[in-house]
Amino acid sequence: MTGFLQNTFNGLVSGAFYALLALGLAVIFGMLRVVNFAHGAFYMLGAFGAYVLLSEAGVPFWAALVIMPVGLGLLGMALERAVIHRLTRLDPLYNFLLTFGLTLILQDLVKSRYGVQSSPYATPSALGGSVDFGLFDFPTYRVFILGFAVAVCVAVWWLLSHTRVGMVVRAATERPELTRAFGINVGRWVTPVFGFGIALAGLAGVLAAPMRAVNPLMGADLIIVVFAVVVIGGLGSIFGSVAAGFGIGLVQAWGEAYLSDFPIVSQTIVFIVMAVVLLWRPAGLFGREEAPA
Amino acid sequence: MLRIDTLSAWYGEAQVLRDVSLDVAAGEVVTLVGRNGAGKSTLLRCVMGLHAGQRGTVELDGRDIGRLPAHRRARLGLGWVPDDRGSYATLSVTENLTLPPAVGPDPWPLERVYEAFPALYDRRDSAATMLSGGEQQMLALARVLRMGARLLLCDEPTEGLSPLLVQQVGDLLREAKRHGVTVLLVEQNLHFATGVADRHYLLAEGRVVEAMDNSEVRSRERELLSYLGI
Repeated sequence: MTGFLQNTFNGLVSGAFYALLALGLAVIFGMLRVVNFAHGAFYMLGAFGAYVLLSEAGVPFWAALVIMPVGLGLLGMALERAVIHRLTRLDPLYNFLLTFGLTLILQDLVKSRYGVQSSPYATPSALGGSVDFGLFDFPTYRVFILGFAVAVCVAVWWLLSHTRVGMVVRAATERPELTRAFGINVGRWVTPVFGFGIALAGLAGVLAAPMRAVNPLMGADLIIVVFAVVVIGGLGSIFGSVAAGFGIGLVQAWGEAYLSDFPIVSQTIVFIVMAVVLLWRPAGLFGREEAPA
Repeated sequence: MLRIDTLSAWYGEAQVLRDVSLDVAAGEVVTLVGRNGAGKSTLLRCVMGLHAGQRGTVELDGRDIGRLPAHRRARLGLGWVPDDRGSYATLSVTENLTLPPAVGPDPWPLERVYEAFPALYDRRDSAATMLSGGEQQMLALARVLRMGARLLLCDEPTEGLSPLLVQQVGDLLREAKRHGVTVLLVEQNLHFATGVADRHYLLAEGRVVEAMDNSEVRSRERELLSYLGI
């Protein structure tokens, strides 16, 4: 029982990262119809930025938790204005080439300066130690990540469902052309939404720094699973991306714990789930078939 | 109010509108009739600014709006009622109504909309796509009235509706007209068209082939129906 609870908790913590990254991908895809393959690189930049801020300028974790998402959000907005917006009306192949190319550039820039070795990032002192849950102890920092990620997801959900901006984003995500015909300048919201999605990736990166190995490839390893999450949840579905994020975290943790005798299954379980979901619901669990304009 | 002059439009290589010219005066209700594929819906999309491949002039109150993006045209008072009713699944009924900003001199307050459409009030927190087809059509019309649009562009607002609902749509368009709203609508139902509209344009193969008034449509109804293939 204790082991099961611990595995479940670990799964939810991994799921928290998947959910934050998939959420950003979902809002970006919804608004821009761009699949941002560079999302993992921004996650890596979030973690690396936190590391550089601490090691070279002594900026603490809590400040990095604000600085990096804001800074990367601004960088994202600049990139959207400079290159990403040119993808509209182009063949989706260009979408892949551009954002994958950006990934390689960002990774190699970091690699050329800091090498490929992982850099250590100390857990903030206020979040050291562990929390006693009766049946088992759990590192305080992981409890914090879980609570923080859930709070961010709830806040984003509230923003989307209860504000006028959220209503406009939902409408433009569902039917961009129709929404323009109702007097809404959809284009004006595209850049901030892209920046916001990137900021979420940066936030996930800062949160990852104290518990994951900080290196230039950390995003590339993670993003493959995140894309499976996005496909399972339904491309563009906000709720689906968060639910699938936590769900896949759990599936992965349980698979590693209870199917360790079948490494082929436990290592590929995410993609097995993805294949089954796609056979059953091609648009993903919470996705909708594209409506006409 | 609306003047279209030598408007041509293409889908890729295929030309769907050929030098269409027509006028709609303020306060008029004008229908576009014609077979499927005659270019009626494309004409409405060109007026709204939703069709990319076009050439010619579209003027609203003497101002050339042919180069303006759709959202700017909406803010000048164009109200879009699309053929699929344009309901958002991710927005509640109230959100569907309040999504467009109020633009005209006489936007309906939400209370007035709900007074006129009690069925929408009862379902105000539901997703709009959960409404019946008739309710969604009412929602589409109520939305542009709440917006205060001065010129409604309606694409087959009676399609697939029961006779009772068709009558309600007619009542609504007549009431809008009484308040000075101008309407350009695509319509296949000639009986409905003569009941709400002042004039009619017959489109064929992308051209305006005839302009008719109500008495002309009524006297030639059989000929027109067989031409339209209904």
